[in-house]
Amino acid sequence: MQMPDPNPAILSKKAALVRRLATVVSADALIHEPQELRPYECDALTAYKCPPLAVVLPETTEDVAACLRICHEEGVPVVPRGSGTSLAGGALPTADAVILGVSRMTEVLETNYADRIIRVQTGITNLKVTGAVEEDGFFYAPDPSSQLACAIAGNIAMNSGGAHCLKYGVTTNNLLGATAVLIDGTVVELGGGHMDTPGLDLLGLICGSEGQLGVVTEATLRILPKPEGARPVLIGFDRSETAGECVGDIIKAGILPVAIEFMDRPCIRATDAFSGAGYPDCEAMLIVEVEGSDAEIDEQLGVITQIARRLDPVELRVSASEEESAAIWLGRKSAFGAMGQLGDYICLDGTIPVGELPRVLGGIADLAKGYGLEVANVFHAGDGNMHPLILFDANSEDGLEKAEALGTDILCLCVEAGGCLTGEHGVGVEKRDLMQVQFDPVDLEAQMRVKDVFDPAWLLNPAKVFPLSISAPRRAVAAE
Amino acid sequence: MLEPESEADLARMVRDATGPLEVRGGGTRAPLAGGDLTTRRMSGIVLYEPGALTMVARAGTPMVEIEDALTREGQRLAFEPWDSRRVLGRDGTPTLGGCVATNASGPRRMVAGAARDSVIGVRFVDGDGAVIKNGGRVMKNVTGIDLTKLMCGSRGRLGILTEIGLKLLPGVAATATLRAHGLDPAGAVAAMSAALGTPFEVTGAVHEPQLGTMLRIEGSETSVAYRAERLRHALAAYGEWQLEGDVSWTDLRDATGFAAPSDDLWRISVRPSHAAQLVAGLPGRWMMDWGGGLIWAEAPAGTDLRALMGLPGHATLIRADPETHAALGTIHPGSDAVERLTRDIAARFDPRGIFAGAVPA
Repeated sequence: MQMPDPNPAILSKKAALVRRLATVVSADALIHEPQELRPYECDALTAYKCPPLAVVLPETTEDVAACLRICHEEGVPVVPRGSGTSLAGGALPTADAVILGVSRMTEVLETNYADRIIRVQTGITNLKVTGAVEEDGFFYAPDPSSQLACAIAGNIAMNSGGAHCLKYGVTTNNLLGATAVLIDGTVVELGGGHMDTPGLDLLGLICGSEGQLGVVTEATLRILPKPEGARPVLIGFDRSETAGECVGDIIKAGILPVAIEFMDRPCIRATDAFSGAGYPDCEAMLIVEVEGSDAEIDEQLGVITQIARRLDPVELRVSASEEESAAIWLGRKSAFGAMGQLGDYICLDGTIPVGELPRVLGGIADLAKGYGLEVANVFHAGDGNMHPLILFDANSEDGLEKAEALGTDILCLCVEAGGCLTGEHGVGVEKRDLMQVQFDPVDLEAQMRVKDVFDPAWLLNPAKVFPLSISAPRRAVAAE
Repeated sequence: MLEPESEADLARMVRDATGPLEVRGGGTRAPLAGGDLTTRRMSGIVLYEPGALTMVARAGTPMVEIEDALTREGQRLAFEPWDSRRVLGRDGTPTLGGCVATNASGPRRMVAGAARDSVIGVRFVDGDGAVIKNGGRVMKNVTGIDLTKLMCGSRGRLGILTEIGLKLLPGVAATATLRAHGLDPAGAVAAMSAALGTPFEVTGAVHEPQLGTMLRIEGSETSVAYRAERLRHALAAYGEWQLEGDVSWTDLRDATGFAAPSDDLWRISVRPSHAAQLVAGLPGRWMMDWGGGLIWAEAPAGTDLRALMGLPGHATLIRADPETHAALGTIHPGSDAVERLTRDIAARFDPRGIFAGAVPA
């Protein structure tokens, strides 16, 4: 994976730049010694590493603006960073870039149950947002699996999802307002505690823009009352086609489950061995969860089991209690840990139209065989978001390379099936060079126009999202 | 009037245009007789997958055609788009393109989002006549900059929508309304906020002084009955709640109580907790939707309600004579930074000003 060569003119003025940044942030919030920069050399895409020029960790919107203004004046690239949990390399630095981290901005600014909103500084972790309101019966819906660590800033940058998107949507559907700082230090208020924005939806534009357009320092998020209860049913099938059919039939019957998770045989076996969840050894397994009162849950689970029975399942296990629910979820929730036990893996994140599931699973199996690699699939089946896990040996000479090549082929298959490259992890550097598979040049040009407006000098996270060959002319003009 | 039948036709017509084009869909909002180009012949549902809760349709497709197709499969649009014809005193045919371009939504918006929250992909022709796609037909997609959101509510300023991907919602078997009379504005907002803070999934919360305070519950028969009962108990402190089966949420959605075209009509978006304070200062009749988050307000012709607001939020002028629209602006002006970004984005997507007559920027 290629990154642009660092600009020697910037490297040579590091000392002067650090002196200027030191006028804004305190000494302990400015990191520039080589050994102290190491923790910032990568995010959760650990295959790629590069220490940044420096790191600043401001505590207020004003200080973020001041830091950006300095970098803008100096022509220094800025890589915004939340908690560094991106699986796509969204926070991967270059040697000539300053990392601007929001990890010290973790305040809850306002909680308002009458308006059902919470206003936070964006360095707060996803789980702490729910933590701030759950005693009062509320929660924040988007729940990426990194929610213990990931920051709201990164959630906004990547438009993060989670397992409950079918019912509650993703970050953009739960974000009502943002304070965004542009590269020149301009502070822009978008939306707020009210609904919708007049004029162009700049809030919707910034959400999911992967730090290309601005740094979001404060956010107004929608909070929801917790449902009375939730319970899952586990359904096993001997064919993945049947599992796919079951998902479609549940939706068509008018049920909107809060989650529909799919696992294939390799994943079922690995998670079962790891967690002792007692999963059936079958080709495909669904966990379907519904919400409401006990009676409402029973009613919905009744419809679902009726549908499942018609399809001749090899296992049908309806949870009747909290303990049984936990047992059903146990393996799924440990899926990534279980895979880690088997060896190194790459986690993909394509989305496909739900109806294409059997065909795409078959295609993935064929591709994997061609590479001599094993793939396990976990899948948010309700919304088509797939997470194929490619197992490989990082110590073998071409292990990573082969696994990445298979990953590329699988993502191309997702696009060809009518889906997309990334459902919730973002493009980052990981899928940057595949963008032309999904988009025509004119589509990418239109996206880059927006970047031109917000960041004319292409200083914000400049080597991400767009293929380097396509962004090169713009970055070159900007560097002059 | 230009009537392109395909995206390629449309792209050529835009490329050939030498000056501004006035674009309309089904003519429900554009001047009655005017318009240079209509999308109404670019019509039809392209793809409908009930099992995936997704649909793709051309922008000129009449909303009624989409809603009929959904009803046949027991599904619906989450955002419950309002129909502007009654309050505007117009006919014409609402189209999907117009609905998305204005980011229309109805009572369910407060819990299910506006049009922008259900739109999962767009195709459009920009001011240079280039055909651009963004998003697609899957509901979880973060690939690249979200131009889909940008196009929603852009009112034709950046380009002409040709095709739209939608995420759908299952339909419901039953709908019921809990109604209480005699609540003052502050009490009504408090009751609606309390209701929306329960787990009982209220999908409509409207208050109008004459009609009373109304809460909508949707779902299966047994679920609706259960939740109505629980809500009635939970809200007993706020008033006497009656269960009613015949409240027209379509009329509430379309604000038909404001149909007589005498005064100006505004839609004001504020925090619900500011709603009571806002309506106390209004010069005419009003109705709260979205639990107080949306206020429909009548005002004598030419009155600038934005100047009266003094609260965070925004006000859209829905009905007024052209002079008032010109003088006050149809949509709420943004901050200097927002206005600059808006102008610059419009200039990049439409450098020749072909769509300069559209509302923002």
